[in-house]
Amino acid sequence: MTSPIVLLALIGVLYTVGVYLILERSLTRVLLGILVLGNATNVLVVVAGGRAGAPPLVGGAPEAEMSDALVQALVLTAIVITLGVTAFLLALIHRTWTLEREDHLTEDVEDRSVRRRLEIGEQEDEEELDTTGCENTSDTDEDDEDDEDTDEESALEPAGEAR
Amino acid sequence: MLVLVVAHAVAALAAPALVRALGRRAFGVLALVPAAAFVWILTQLPDVVAGTPREEVVPWIPALGIDIALRLDPLAATVSLLVTGVGALVLLYCTRYFAAGARGLGRFAGVLTAFAGAMLALVWSDDVFVLYVCWELTTVFSFLLVGQDAQKRASRAAAVQALVVTAAGGLTMLVGLVILADAAGTTRLSDLVAFFAGPAATPAAVTAGVVCVLVGATTKSALVPFHFWLPSAMAAPTPVSAYLHAAAMVKAGVYLVLRLAPGLADVEPWRPLVAALAVTTMLLGGLQALRQHDLKLVLAHGTVSQLGFMILLAGAGTRDAALAALGLVVAHAMFKACLFLVVGVIDRRAGTRDLRELSGLGRRAPVLATAGILGAASMAGLPPLLGFVTKEAAFEAFLHDAYGPAAVPLLVLVVLGSVLTVAYSTRFVWGAFWRKPGVEEVRWQPPGALFPTAPVVLGVGGLVAGVGVTGLAPLLEPYADTLPVSYPALLELAVVPSVGIALGLSVLAVVLGFALGVPAVSARATARHPLAPVRAEITWRGVVHALENTSLRVTALTQRGSLSWVLSTIFAVLVIGPGLVLLVGPELGEVRIDRLADSPFQVLAAAIGAACAIVATRVRRRLGAVLVVGGLGYATALIFALAGAPDVALTQALVETATLVVVVLVLRTLPRDIADRHTPRQRGRRLLIAVPVGLLMTGLGAVALAARNAPAVSAAYPSQAYGFGAGANVVNVTLVDIRAWDTMGELSVIVAAATGVASLVFLHRRSGSPPRAEAQPVVTPSTRAGGWLRAARRGDQDRVLLLEVITRLVFPTMMVVSVYFLFAGHNAPGGGFAGGLVAGLALVVRYVAGGRYELGEAVPVDAGLLLGLGLLCAGGTGVGALLLGGEVLQTAVLEADVPILGNVKFVTSLIFDVGVYLVVVGLVLDVLRSLGAELDRRRLATVSRQEVPS
Repeated sequence: MTSPIVLLALIGVLYTVGVYLILERSLTRVLLGILVLGNATNVLVVVAGGRAGAPPLVGGAPEAEMSDALVQALVLTAIVITLGVTAFLLALIHRTWTLEREDHLTEDVEDRSVRRRLEIGEQEDEEELDTTGCENTSDTDEDDEDDEDTDEESALEPAGEAR
Repeated sequence: MLVLVVAHAVAALAAPALVRALGRRAFGVLALVPAAAFVWILTQLPDVVAGTPREEVVPWIPALGIDIALRLDPLAATVSLLVTGVGALVLLYCTRYFAAGARGLGRFAGVLTAFAGAMLALVWSDDVFVLYVCWELTTVFSFLLVGQDAQKRASRAAAVQALVVTAAGGLTMLVGLVILADAAGTTRLSDLVAFFAGPAATPAAVTAGVVCVLVGATTKSALVPFHFWLPSAMAAPTPVSAYLHAAAMVKAGVYLVLRLAPGLADVEPWRPLVAALAVTTMLLGGLQALRQHDLKLVLAHGTVSQLGFMILLAGAGTRDAALAALGLVVAHAMFKACLFLVVGVIDRRAGTRDLRELSGLGRRAPVLATAGILGAASMAGLPPLLGFVTKEAAFEAFLHDAYGPAAVPLLVLVVLGSVLTVAYSTRFVWGAFWRKPGVEEVRWQPPGALFPTAPVVLGVGGLVAGVGVTGLAPLLEPYADTLPVSYPALLELAVVPSVGIALGLSVLAVVLGFALGVPAVSARATARHPLAPVRAEITWRGVVHALENTSLRVTALTQRGSLSWVLSTIFAVLVIGPGLVLLVGPELGEVRIDRLADSPFQVLAAAIGAACAIVATRVRRRLGAVLVVGGLGYATALIFALAGAPDVALTQALVETATLVVVVLVLRTLPRDIADRHTPRQRGRRLLIAVPVGLLMTGLGAVALAARNAPAVSAAYPSQAYGFGAGANVVNVTLVDIRAWDTMGELSVIVAAATGVASLVFLHRRSGSPPRAEAQPVVTPSTRAGGWLRAARRGDQDRVLLLEVITRLVFPTMMVVSVYFLFAGHNAPGGGFAGGLVAGLALVVRYVAGGRYELGEAVPVDAGLLLGLGLLCAGGTGVGALLLGGEVLQTAVLEADVPILGNVKFVTSLIFDVGVYLVVVGLVLDVLRSLGAELDRRRLATVSRQEVPS
């Protein structure tokens, strides 16, 4: 069993276009890319399901001639989910636009902060290790004494009538 | 037995409410639960000691042979008496320890009670996996209790440390338990021990299992090299330290060693491993305890030392050592809990627990001091306390050849450890109660009668149990008798020692201990620095830091902050991985292309689709690009229709329309053109990734069919659909019955997406229905009250009369069609998805023609309500089928002859489809409400704001 060349070619074109679009910096084009990729994948799944046949309606055609109902159910589900995802992406686009007047993907702030933390953090670690290396046991000691000081105000206070 | 465990859980859940109602007195009520368990165990003792353990088995996971098996044998009875007895006393103690209105008390009470239940279940469980579950439960509860004071950094750090160390040990132990259970062929603990006690060959795997289990016991009982978490955990409130870190949780490791020793003590490397770690711990803990100023830390390090002592005895695997070990467990639980509670009282009433600041407390609080001195004397091993009896027994056990040839060297080390114990006990008593020259007498607020009750009971208990040890012995001996005898003369626990080497060693230990402890008492000695740091904790911190750094580095390496970079990586992996396999493998060569297309229309549709897609990359006009992609969607629908998939084609066409409208709704707020900021080189690079992906997917599509070598799973779907699902439309029956779980998942995704859209737009409050016509501000005097659409009263220039007329005429028709699709879908193309989409499009039409108030007129309900109802219908069908005795989501067919209508057939999956319908309508409504109506409102608001100043 094989598939018609036309559909295989279409899949190739759609995936190429979809990937090309999704790699753009413009959010609108990213959205378009996702739509195209969604279509490409749905066609791929239907193609993988086998030769086209009669609609899978019992009584309309002999069972052997029917097209595969399973891939159809899967694709149907995927189509509706794509609608939900599209709506969500649109809400993101709207939000980005409201906040930054920008339709472009900007560098992720969190990721940048991770890099910064890495640069700063390495120095801090070394300092901290140094102190712990000197007097470790007393360190716990002091922690505990600190507890004593703050215990008074903290969540679990000494019994009330003590005061 | 299970009832008692469950009672703990119930009490734990009720604890916050109890605390709210009764304040700190609630602890007294909660104490009744472990007290009840304590009494129940006492009533069972005669049978248990006589050799008939109580057992209870409730099937849990029959497929894996795991049952909730509880078993009360002498060992379990002894330890559970301690767990429940000390538990009840500690809870009672809490009624006075905490301030009346302390924050977080409800949570604390619940967690502490839950811990008591978990610990009880741990001791009782007779299934290794139930034991493991309880083991980890105690770890988690311990984490919560140590971190009770979450505002303090030290507290949080200690909690995390305890969690990581003990949970890591617990997981290692799980591996060991799996290995052992597999080797023994049973998960039942008693059978497992019996199996290994029998003449069984021990394969190498068992050795590994033993080591893993011992790692678990070592971490839990704070043995070297994992001992450091226990002193840190002293950040917990003192009742927690008394219960978890003295009487109960840390004893879990000792318990496990005791439990397994009859079967596994002879497996290498059990004995050398246990002996080395335990004896090191005993000495190290003792040395550390001598150098602490904080009374609680003196006790904590003392506990580490004693845990080493106990495990050393427990792991010996001889009858006499086991007897001494179990006796020591009892003695230690009583005296250490007593001492911790004494420190708690001192802490609360004197305001400090630093022994350099406490002076003259003995005279001020004689009762408390008596309890403390009783506890410390038992710890030091002075007659006639239980601590003395058990230490004597321990020396005897080594004289009776525990650990064979290693007995004598170990005995020397143990005596050395006992010297240290006596020394730090002396230091504790002196530090807490004695009058110190040059130290101001402590301010002391009398603690009342109830506060010191628990420590006094425990302190006196040590005395009573010591004097009456012959009464205690019958409880301890049955367990010890399960172990091999190592010496002709059997050890007996006795308060009056027989004159011999053991007594001599005891005297020696006490004398040397005093000699070491009394000078340590002097003011100069207290200023000594703690012992040179033990590397374990530094190593631990280093490992944690290294882990965090590595994670940061990996994150920084992979998450570059640029979406296209991340996507490029993914696509590159896709092309390189599966792409290479495809190129190298034989499948591609087997593809035989036999036809260009199935029909001319297919060629046409594919050509249109491909053209649309390519054009979409070049269009700069935003709406233009969207329309072109829409064209691709319709072309795809055509392809589906030609492929014999009318349902998919229908849905695709409807979704495409809905998508177009929604996209336009949002993009109208954006500039007309997409800003092109890409250089040709960037485009080239993108093509470099895109083209291989396209080729790869074409290849996969070609191979997919050729590679098929088994009949399709869906081959039987048509007959199943008609036979079980009672529907002719196989796709629809697949959705609502055969693969209804998939659809359930999909509905959840849709609900999440709709919620996400609404949240992103509304930000603060997402519930509520679209505004009705009444809420509309009157823009123009309403002269035409009865228009074509009720809410269509926007400024006249915005109105399109033709659209309003068409809407008025078309809307009811569309709704009828949508309902038709819903009902007919079971046997003809249609179904909940298509029906819901048609209804959604009808709403779109109303909205486009009449504006946002018209939307409210069309559906005057909350979109969230529709989504929720839909999920309820779908889920309800599943639960309903289950309740009626079927499988989840099974379809039932109800058939009846109704007058006039004739034979009516009702399929329950229709309710499921109604759920699908509602969810889809809810999605469209939510999107229209957020991206349509709400954006309209904001735009108007912005416009009017701009107009006001001018």
